[in-house]
Amino acid sequence: MATPTEFRLPRYGEDPEGTHPPLDSSGYRSTALRHPKQDLVLLPQMLTEVTGPLLGPGRLGEHDNDLTRQHAGEPQGQRIIVTGRLLDGDGRPVRDSLVEIWQANAGGRYRHTGDRWPSPLDPNFDGVGRTLTDSDGRYTFTTIKPGAYPWKNHDNAWRPAHIHFSVFGSAFTQRLVTQMYFPDDPLFSQDPIFNSIPDEKARQRMVSRYDHDITQAEWALGFQFDIVLRGRDASVFEEEEDDDE
Amino acid sequence: MTELLPTPSQTVGPYLSIGLPWPDGPHVVPEGTPGAFWIRGTVRDGNGDPIPDAMIETWQADPDGGFRHPDDPRGTADGEFRGFGRCPTEADGTYGILTVLPGVVPGEGGATQAPHIDVSVFARGLLNRVVTRIYFEDQDNAADPVLATVPEERRGTLIAAKTGDGYRFDIRLQGDGETVFFRL
Repeated sequence: MATPTEFRLPRYGEDPEGTHPPLDSSGYRSTALRHPKQDLVLLPQMLTEVTGPLLGPGRLGEHDNDLTRQHAGEPQGQRIIVTGRLLDGDGRPVRDSLVEIWQANAGGRYRHTGDRWPSPLDPNFDGVGRTLTDSDGRYTFTTIKPGAYPWKNHDNAWRPAHIHFSVFGSAFTQRLVTQMYFPDDPLFSQDPIFNSIPDEKARQRMVSRYDHDITQAEWALGFQFDIVLRGRDASVFEEEEDDDE
Repeated sequence: MTELLPTPSQTVGPYLSIGLPWPDGPHVVPEGTPGAFWIRGTVRDGNGDPIPDAMIETWQADPDGGFRHPDDPRGTADGEFRGFGRCPTEADGTYGILTVLPGVVPGEGGATQAPHIDVSVFARGLLNRVVTRIYFEDQDNAADPVLATVPEERRGTLIAAKTGDGYRFDIRLQGDGETVFFRL
């Protein structure tokens, strides 16, 4: 295959120190045997890294962005609208991009065989949603506020209410899985997963904001949650002259 | 342009399999595609125990070395080729991805990269994904610029071994034979 002599590829800047949790976070016990101990090797951003899957409408069903309408009956709990924009670090909207969520029901129970917390399953709630961002990078889900639930990480351990988010951006470098939390949750202080992010300001970027304009009268409370991925700056990928000798 | 700070990563937790897998997720190419093969492997922790709550995602070039993406100026792959695969691990820590051999991909300064697949690994207990690459033992990997940056004694962890129906690529998150993971 002919190799082009020159093309420009975007470069995605590294995330600032303290943005992401250290893989070895001793407070969260499950990291102990699952974090690499060897140094990570720098991977230069080449074609495979600056491209990525663009997953479109074929992945969506009719009620995938309304988790309260996926069954004949209504789920239990407080109906909420969660909306926000998917942006890159330069403030550009990431358009037509797949956003996936999964969460516990109002009682803090996941529809998963491994979840033994004896809070009832809700026959009308799966806790799974998908949507695409619009031309402004905006996504919207209607769902139920998830409950807190206990886990066995430490004595009297409870996860704060959260919704898992999965986003792709437009490059392999931008792939992100995160959790959205709710404002002023009293359980933050004892949660090692939330607190695995070293920087307080970075932690706050995982907390949604109550928004009365999104709240709908006699229907649902509204929360805003913007998700920011790495920015891209164009740079010369390959010059005309070959200098690999 | 406004400078915005990125949203932090968090673990997928133990229940990722309610939200992320798709029935056709492991199929980078549809079943029956000429030349298609399975990449299978086991994901293990620092004790060597299989991890039943992990997920593998793959991203790769088509057989001509092209990407179905606007930032690849050489045109796009055909409609059947998704380039992307996603497979949760089973109770025994195994995964499988049905794909085809990626082509040679341009590197920097006129160099080329050996056929490779980028891999993300997610799991309970992993607060951020870890990233690795799959190379193939029966391909010419000698001049690959990324493999060259990996200490020689660890390169083997990036090379998939030939099997009856494709290749085997095991992933070890920690400990003996720890897989090489990359920083992006």
